[in-house]
Parts: sequence; structure tokens; C-alpha cells
Amino acid sequence: MGIRFVLLVNKQGQTRLAQYYEYLTLEERRALEGEIVRKCLARNEQQCSFVEHRNYKIVYRRYASLFFLVGVDNDENELAILEFIHLLVETMDRHFGNVCELDIMFHLEKAHFMLEEMVMNGCIVETSKSNILSPIQLMDKGF
Amino acid sequence: MAADASTVGSSASSSGGFAPFLVDSLFQRSLDDMIKALRSAPGGESSLIHRLLAEIRREIRSTDSDTKFLALQKLTYLSSLYFLDMSWAAFHALELLPSSVPAFKRTAYLSASLSFHPSSTDLLPLATHQIRKDLQSPNPSLSSPALHLLALSSSPDLALHLSNDLLSLLSSPRAAVHVRCRAVITSLPVLRLTPDSARTFLPKLVEALSPSSPLLSAAAGIFCELVCSGDPRPYLPLAPDFHQVLLECRNNWILIKILKIFARLILLEPRLKRKLVDPICELMRRSPAKSLVFECLRVVFCSFPDEETAFQLAVEKVKEFIAADDDPNLRFLGLHALAMLQPGQSWAVEENREAIVKSLADPDPNIRHEALRLIMNMVFENNVVEISSLLINYALRSDPEFSNEILDAILVTCSRNFYELVLDFDWYVSLLAEMVRNPHFMKGEEVERQLIDIGMRVKEARSELIRVARVLLIDPALLENQFLHRVLSAAAWISGEYIQFSRNPLEIVEALLQPRTSLLPSPVRAVYIQAVFKIVTFCFNFFVNAGVLSDSKCNIDENTGAESEDSSDVTTFKMESLELKKLLTSKSIIHILNLIVTALVPLSECNEVEVQERACNVLGLVLLLNGIEWKTDDVDWRIDGKIREIVTIMSSAFSEELGPVSMHAQKRVLVPEGLELKENLSDLDEILRNNDVPSSLSISFSSRIHSHNEDKEESEPATESTSLLAEHRKQHELYYLPTDKDESGSNEHPRENDVTNAVSSEKTTNDLLKLTDQSLVSRLTKPAKPRPTVVKLDEGVDLPSSSSKYVREPTGDLLSGAVRDVLFYGDETSPTIQNTLSENYTQRKANETSTISNVDSLLKDSSSPREREIGSSSSRKNKHHSQGKERNRNTRKNETKEEKGNRSSARSSHHHGKHKLKQRVESGDPSLAKAPQTQAIQDFLL
Repeated sequence: MGIRFVLLVNKQGQTRLAQYYEYLTLEERRALEGEIVRKCLARNEQQCSFVEHRNYKIVYRRYASLFFLVGVDNDENELAILEFIHLLVETMDRHFGNVCELDIMFHLEKAHFMLEEMVMNGCIVETSKSNILSPIQLMDKGF
Repeated sequence: MAADASTVGSSASSSGGFAPFLVDSLFQRSLDDMIKALRSAPGGESSLIHRLLAEIRREIRSTDSDTKFLALQKLTYLSSLYFLDMSWAAFHALELLPSSVPAFKRTAYLSASLSFHPSSTDLLPLATHQIRKDLQSPNPSLSSPALHLLALSSSPDLALHLSNDLLSLLSSPRAAVHVRCRAVITSLPVLRLTPDSARTFLPKLVEALSPSSPLLSAAAGIFCELVCSGDPRPYLPLAPDFHQVLLECRNNWILIKILKIFARLILLEPRLKRKLVDPICELMRRSPAKSLVFECLRVVFCSFPDEETAFQLAVEKVKEFIAADDDPNLRFLGLHALAMLQPGQSWAVEENREAIVKSLADPDPNIRHEALRLIMNMVFENNVVEISSLLINYALRSDPEFSNEILDAILVTCSRNFYELVLDFDWYVSLLAEMVRNPHFMKGEEVERQLIDIGMRVKEARSELIRVARVLLIDPALLENQFLHRVLSAAAWISGEYIQFSRNPLEIVEALLQPRTSLLPSPVRAVYIQAVFKIVTFCFNFFVNAGVLSDSKCNIDENTGAESEDSSDVTTFKMESLELKKLLTSKSIIHILNLIVTALVPLSECNEVEVQERACNVLGLVLLLNGIEWKTDDVDWRIDGKIREIVTIMSSAFSEELGPVSMHAQKRVLVPEGLELKENLSDLDEILRNNDVPSSLSISFSSRIHSHNEDKEESEPATESTSLLAEHRKQHELYYLPTDKDESGSNEHPRENDVTNAVSSEKTTNDLLKLTDQSLVSRLTKPAKPRPTVVKLDEGVDLPSSSSKYVREPTGDLLSGAVRDVLFYGDETSPTIQNTLSENYTQRKANETSTISNVDSLLKDSSSPREREIGSSSSRKNKHHSQGKERNRNTRKNETKEEKGNRSSARSSHHHGKHKLKQRVESGDPSLAKAPQTQAIQDFLL
């Protein structure tokens, strides 16, 4: 149950952010990401956002050139995860102002911190955008 | 931020240090520089990364913390996105953890939580002190990264050492709420690593479950995780708390978690349904959040099949989901929800039939897959013909992948449990042949298996099999398609084995020898040549015998193995044999023998031994036949020539019928005396059991099993081989096919079936829809003719079937054991003491019987007052609160009650349902204490 990993991948299939909440070796991660990216990027807009892969369910959503992929357990609520992805994007949007791939590339740590504020060990802890962003704003001020 | 850091780095480094480090920090690449470099070198990334890593390795050893920080930041970036191992840098991350610069500390923690793991990080214990210090810090920006590291990378030792600090953070009212929330979540991995800490943690976590608690969301999350991933039984006493949250909470995330918890608990305590139906219906009606509605649907479909209003409501919601034309997600989930229904509620699937069939044409393959699965679940004996034919036509127009998915679904469904859905095998065999014509066909292996399997198991299907095999073999176009080679192999085998059903064996020989067979892979070619061998033997035998016994009873019966009891059968055979007689003249046989020689002589020098050997066999036979006189029209040679002897021997080699081999045949063979099988090999038992391959498919061409007509055979002048077989059979009767079963089936010759052609011109889904109008309904029509016998072995033995899911009993792991101790017995009583009081224990069990029956009678009395319950939710709230606190006291109260000897032998139906569990308790597993569990929840249920 809960979130197993969060991946941000661009249109070319390059990983832009990877956060795992369960331990996988680097080789397993490389294989998993390769397979998932191949599966999800081949799908189009008219197709649903859920893909089953190995023992995971991948819930994904595309925003401009970025794919947000979340791996969850099989009995997780798919629609709730979609809402979570949307919340993540909105939060990033609010912080970066119309977030794009470059923002995440050049502020990877910050993106990780935002995710840390929202998800802890695969469990969603915070869903209020201002609560998520207030520690980040503190960081920006140098605290 | 990265740019800032680099300027800080250069200014700080001027103040001191060694010359090489000075150079490093002066010219150190910033993170931004590195990312820009990576972006501008998309082709040569790997060499660049190599260089960057070399730089980082040097920089990270710097005594200057700015340089070190930047190096670590770059390394973390590279490692998380380019799959680079950074375990070698664990020490440097640890070095930065105590830094007083917040940015350094954050990066160090991030790096550690992304890369540390007890299995690969030996240095983890070194972090203990720093994590403790940060956990105790009042500053959330220090404690929350420390919690993250603890949650993601903890080892049992670390968890043990830090659990007290975590606990004080969890319960400290001074700590910030969001830190306490994180502490609640972190307690889950800590509990898993150190189950003993459940005693101290659980009360705090249960406290956080109250609807007013600010920690509720985190607590719901971890209880959901605990209940769903382990044994849910210990959490049953918390049902009132969960229920309270369900009633009062307005947060969808939390409600979803609570519903998931209840979905598990209902399985253990079905009476919870009564409490849950109303709130869940309310949520389904009112909630605008589809995610929450879907979760309700899931609970209702899986757990409330008998609650009519809830079920109706859920079915309505599913319809809305499926009808969402603009949202593929809802359509998918709607179908997915229908697939959860048990067979008893298939009417709900039926109601959505139209939408399901339409979904077969959905642009999304996942949705099509769900729709197909639903349709296949609706296939019954009476509609299998229509649905399969429709789907096969539909497959013609689908994309290759889905097309094969459809074919696979049909093959699996129809062959399930020895073709139990198939009444008319002629139809099914021609369906298989039709499948092969699909341009995307890729299921060769399965079709091969089924064709041969049907041949062996269903006598009545053999003439149709031969017809189909002939059509397949004759078409030269099919030889090109590599996916069909396996099917052709089956067709060739069938044509050799059941040639007596053919109207024109010579035509088949020609087909088997056509030049384009060189396109076949050699194993299939070998089967082809072997089939030629068998057919030639048959033809020659027929030719020789037909001349002698032309007017009396056809002698072919003996050789074909067909029963002669049925008169209509005999007449058809007589007619066919007349035809055959006209066909098989010495002239045509000479022609065929010449053809064989021309085709096979080149193969007698083939590289492949199988092909070579079989070709030589056939050529040898031809040579033998050519060396004897039979080509004249003189009758004498037929009667007592050498030829007759040869023919009898040859045909007797092939006369016994091949049958399916029982899956358990090997197990029935008695172990010979003096053979030690088990000595030192008992360890292998487990492995062997897992690898038990169903052997019913394995056909042995060498050992022919004599299956029937035994008496007849014995009265005939038996050849050496058959008499040996008969003797063998007498000795080992057990391993042979049952003789009576084969003959008990009806011999009525099945009619030609034309259903398959009826719908071949359909083009659109709408037509498909119209045609399925009736077909999905389970109608009870009487089959037009009796179903032919399918030879099954091992009836009554449990076969490993794909449909029966192996439900695993949740095993009592350490954590749930610990949780059970806390939630059932309270904190102050030790479970070990409890267990030693076995006398007390049995007494309580007796008491339990009585209390449960009381509960049941009360439940029966209060069957109507559901409305009352809704109205007085506030009063109930108080009641629940007091119950939550008094739970422990209740337990004790009950114990004192039982001392008064309040016993009753009344057994309730509920008790019966729990029978299994009770048996386990009785069979000496005292940790499965059911008694307190029931007591804790009974008041809630009232």
C-alpha cells in the first residue's frame, strides 16, 4: 500500500527526478525505469492513466513535456494518486511559476524537498500547498 | 542556491587549506555548470560523467566543507538520475550531517536518504548520534529531514536506539504538528524493525486516531498500511475508532484509507457491515470526489453483495463511470470494478453489456483488455458458440496485439477444465482452424496442443479433425507463416494418426510431400515424414485386405480401431471404404511410392538426424514393398504372399490408439523393492512438488498404450507386439486408460456445423453489439445433441486450475503478534503471563460462546432501528468515546463475569463461521486468542 516511487520523466524518456520509497538496487531501478518509460510514453491522450507493471500499478499524467509517474501498490486508489500528482504539479507551479523541465533540472534538491513535505515513506502527509511551500520559502531566505 | 554556494565556496576557501584544495575550490564546477555541461553534451554523456565523477572524488575529500558540500550535491544529482553508485561517498555525507550551515545539512540528509540502505551502507550506525540530536531539536527544519532518513534507511539497530526519541517526539505537545505527523509515519518502519516497541508506540498511535486529532491523516495512513500488509486480526478492536473517523472526518484522503481498513476487517467480522452500510451509501450519494466514490464501490462490490440498496447504488455509480465518454480513467475503473463482482452478481455485468461490448473498440488497450476479461467471464455453455465466433471475427479487425489477446482468451476459456464449455467439438475444431486464418495469428503452440489433445480425448471429433488437418496441409500459402508451423505440425500428426477417417489419403500424402515443406523447421518436417509413413502403411494395408475381403465385413475395423457396434457407423464406413477402394488401386499406389522416393531421397542425407532418420525409414519401407510382387492384378499374392505378412506387422505397429496420459501416472507406479527413493532426498520434496509439470500433453510415440477393444484383439490372431501389450496391461491394469469410458460415449456422428459462417461479414462494433444482444444472457437451451465424451483422467483429483486462487492465510508475523498483545490485553498485562493462565483461557473461551450468542440475539432484536442510529450520531459519539477508554476495563469485567459460571452451550451461526479459527485455537495455538477480540468489539456491534 502507499506510494512506492515517484518519477519525473521527459518526453525523451530521460529521468528528471526519481524518489523511491522502497529499496531497489541501481540495476533494478534502471531496468524498472526503462520498462515503465517505454510502456507509458507510448500511450496517447485518449488512453487511461493507469498501467499495470510487474507488481506495481503505475499512475501517470503528462504535463507539457514532463511525465509524472507514480508507482503504487495494486490496491491503491488510482484516482487519489492522480489527484496527488495534480497537487504536486500545482505546488511546483506555484513555486516556480509555470513549472517546466528546466526548473526541475536546475532545482532538483528543491523539488525533492517539496516532495518530502508532501510524502513521507510512501504516505501522503501534507496536502495544503501553502503548508508544503512554507519550509521551502524559509530555505530560500537562507534558514 | 547552487550559484550562491559556489561563491561562498570560493570566498571561504581563500582563508586557508592546502594548495590543491585551493585550486579545487577556485576552479570547482558549480552544480549549474555541471548540469549545463551535461545538457550540451547529450551524445557523449558517459565520458563526461566519468570525468565529472573523477573531479567529484577529488573534491569530496577536501577539508573545506564548501568544496565538500558542492561535490556531494553534484554526486547526489548524478547518482539519482544516472544510476551511479554512491555508496563509497557515504562517509562524506555523514561528515556533513553535523554541519551548522542549514544548506549543507539538508543536502547531506537528502543525499543520505536517497542512497543509504542498511544492506549497502556499513557506516549507518555512525549516523545514530546526529539523528538523535536533530530529532531532539525544536527546529522543524532539522528534525524533519532526520525523520526522513530514519524512515527510509533505518536498520534494526538504528530503530532500536532511536525509538525512544521518536516516541517522545510523537507525544510531545510542544513539537510542531507537521513534525509529529512525520513522527507518526516514521513509527511504522520503526515498528516493523523492532516489533517489541509496539507496546509503547501503539497507545500513542491509537490516540492519534481520534477525529479531532491533528495527526489523524498520518495515523490513518499507517493503520491502513498495517492492516493491509499484515494480519488484520489484531486491529479488529480498533473498529469503533475507525468507524468514528468514517462518520466524522471530511477529508477524502483519510476516508479512503479508512474504507480500505474496513474492507479487510469485514472479512473477519461480517457483522461490521450493518454499521457501515449507511455511511458508505451516504458517501456514494453525496461525495463529489470520484476517488472516494470508487473506493466505496470497491468495498460494496467486494464485501456487501447482499446489501441491496448499497449494491444498487454502486451499480448505478459504475454505470456513470463506464458511460464517461470523455474520461478514459473512469471508463477503465468502471470496468475494473465490474470485474471485482462475484459470479452471483453477474446481472450487474449483464446490465452494462452494451457498454462493455463497445469498450472492445476503445482506443485504449487497457480498457479493451478489461472489457474482454468481463466478456469471457460471461461465457457459458449456451453462448460460447456465438460469443467465440463473434470475437474471432472481431479479432480479424483488431490490431495484432489485441487480436492475439482475444484469441488467447477464447483458447483459455474454451479449453478450461477439459473443454467443459464445448458441447460440439466439430464446431470447436473448425473454430480453431478459423483462428489460424487470422493474419495476426501467433498462438501456434496453444492451438497445436489443443488440436492434438482433442484428437486423443474426443473420438467423435476425429473426422472433423482430419478434415481440418487436410485443409491446413493442402494450402501451400500457410507454409510461409512461421507462427503456423506448430499448427501444421499438429495437423500432420493428426493426419497420420487418424488417417482412417480420411476420404482421400493419397491427397494428404501429396500435401505432406509438397516441395514447399522445405520451409518448415526440421522438427516439424520430421513429423510430416512420420505421418507419410503411417499413411502409406494404412493405404497399403487397406489395399491388400480390401481385395481379399471385399464382400464380407470390412476388415478395416480391426485396424482403424473404430467400433463396429453402431450400425450407421458401419454403413458410412462401408461407403467410405468403397470409395477408398476405387481410389487405392495399384496404379495410384505406385504413383505415390514414386512420389515418396523423389521427395525423400534428398532428405536421406539431411543434416538433421530426426529428418534423416525418418526419411530413411520411409524409404526403407518403400524399398521393401517394391521388392515384393504385388503390382499384378493376380489375386494369389494377396492371399498368402509375403506381402500380407509384412502389411500385418506394419499396421499392427500403428494400430493401437494413443491416449492422454494421466497427470498422476508416474505417482501410481509402485516403487520396486530395494529401491530407496527417500533416503537423503527428502529435501528435494518441496522443489519437486513445485515443478510438477502437467504431463497430460506428453505423447510418447514409442510406447503405444493399448486402450480398448481388448477382448476383440485377443480373439484375433494377435501379433507378437499386441499380445505382449495385452499381457502388460493385465499386469499393470492401473496405469492404462479405462476401457469402459471410451466406449460409453455416444457414437452418433455429429452433424456438420455451420454456425461459424453465419456472421463472417460483420464489420462494425454496432453489429457486434446487436448480435451479442442475447448471447451474453445465460439462457437455458437444450443442446441439440449429446455432448461427446471427453476422456478425462484423474477425475475427482484436484487439478491445479488457473481459476482457483490460492488464498493465503495471513501469517502471524512478529509485529502483528506484538500489536495483538497490546490491543487485546492492554499494556500492563504481559502476554506471556496471559498465556500461562491456560486454565483461565479455556474458561474464557467457554464464556465467549455465551456472550456471542447474546450479541446475536440482540442483533436480531434490533433489526429495524437503522433510522434511529442515524439521528443520534452525537449521542453515539459520546458512547464510543467512553468505550474506547473502557475497553480494557470491559475485558476485565467480562473475566469476572465468567467466574460466576455464566455458561451457555448455545451455538450461534456466527460462531459457526468462525469455526476454522477456533479449531486453530484449539489445536494448540494460544497466540491466536480470539476470545478477547470478540469481547472488545461486541459492544460496538450492539
